Amino acid sequence: MHIPDGYLGPQTYGAAYLAAAPFWAIASQKLNKTLRSRQVPLLALGAAFSFVIMMFNVPIPGGTTGHAVGAVLIAVLLGPWAACIAVSVALIVQALLFGDGGITCIGANCLNMAVIMPFVGYGVYLLVSARSEVTSRRRWIGAAAGGYIGLNVAALSTAVMFGIQPALAHDAAGHALYAPYPLKIAVPAMAIEHLVVFGIVEAVATGLVVAYLQRADVSLLYRPPSRMERRSEAA
Amino acid sequence: MKATTKLWIGLLALVVLSPLGIVLPAKFGAESAWGEWSGEEIQKLVGYLPSGMSQLADLWKAPLPGYALRGQESAPLGALSLSYIASGVLGVAVVVGVSILLGKALARRESSDAS
Repeated sequence: MHIPDGYLGPQTYGAAYLAAAPFWAIASQKLNKTLRSRQVPLLALGAAFSFVIMMFNVPIPGGTTGHAVGAVLIAVLLGPWAACIAVSVALIVQALLFGDGGITCIGANCLNMAVIMPFVGYGVYLLVSARSEVTSRRRWIGAAAGGYIGLNVAALSTAVMFGIQPALAHDAAGHALYAPYPLKIAVPAMAIEHLVVFGIVEAVATGLVVAYLQRADVSLLYRPPSRMERRSEAA
Repeated sequence: MKATTKLWIGLLALVVLSPLGIVLPAKFGAESAWGEWSGEEIQKLVGYLPSGMSQLADLWKAPLPGYALRGQESAPLGALSLSYIASGVLGVAVVVGVSILLGKALARRESSDAS
């Protein structure tokens, strides 16, 4: 899902940078309010986990590869804004040091995997686990469902970015200037492989770690600040 | 042992196991991820190399492309696995370093942390 340089035209990657920027800015402010300094190592652990899990390319025999991202797991542990920062750090290091994802596409890749994925996935997690005990089965089920849906929505958004390229920029011969496949090819190709294979991998990884933490140290699971805490912070 | 310590150990185990991410795709004949083809692959798939793509593709020369040393991208799988692990170690170190600096700069200071 790491869009390389050359696959998106300037309009698209420029717009994606512009769309991602406010999320980075707000995430920085939010962390200032919600992240406790003793949670900083957990943020680093989350970013490192996201970095490493993305190195596990899962093969579809005779086909393509894909991987989990870990964004929803981090959101369940530290909240979606911290997940945005952690996954962005992993993606930027991947692009700069390892050429995994283009530098023109850092905005686009962060928008898909560090914004859309953690927020959608965390929303699903909240819906499924609503008001359940922190040790409840609904927590890890919600986390797994969040991972599955979060990764799939991120993949869909990536596919749309690919798919609009031929219509946005092509030469007189009808050849695309950037990513060559239109929406009707890009969307099903990306959607099916993530629905059938990679989403499952993400769901299992996310659900397993959350289930483990429910037994090992439940204090590590994120609890949004209550209204009273928010009021005392505002004061 | 603290749960976070165990998580760090788990992370290191993942780094050591990471070559599975290149060995398994090779074993099952799985090619690139969808939409992450090289110029040659694109040429083969659609019959031409999009002109804008060729201009942008080499904009950035990553020091360790594809988690391998430059020029070693097509080394045997065993050697590639070692550089994959080394890249994982380096990547984790950089990601952890950057996150800690960033986290320290951003995180809320607590009176209990001041000591």
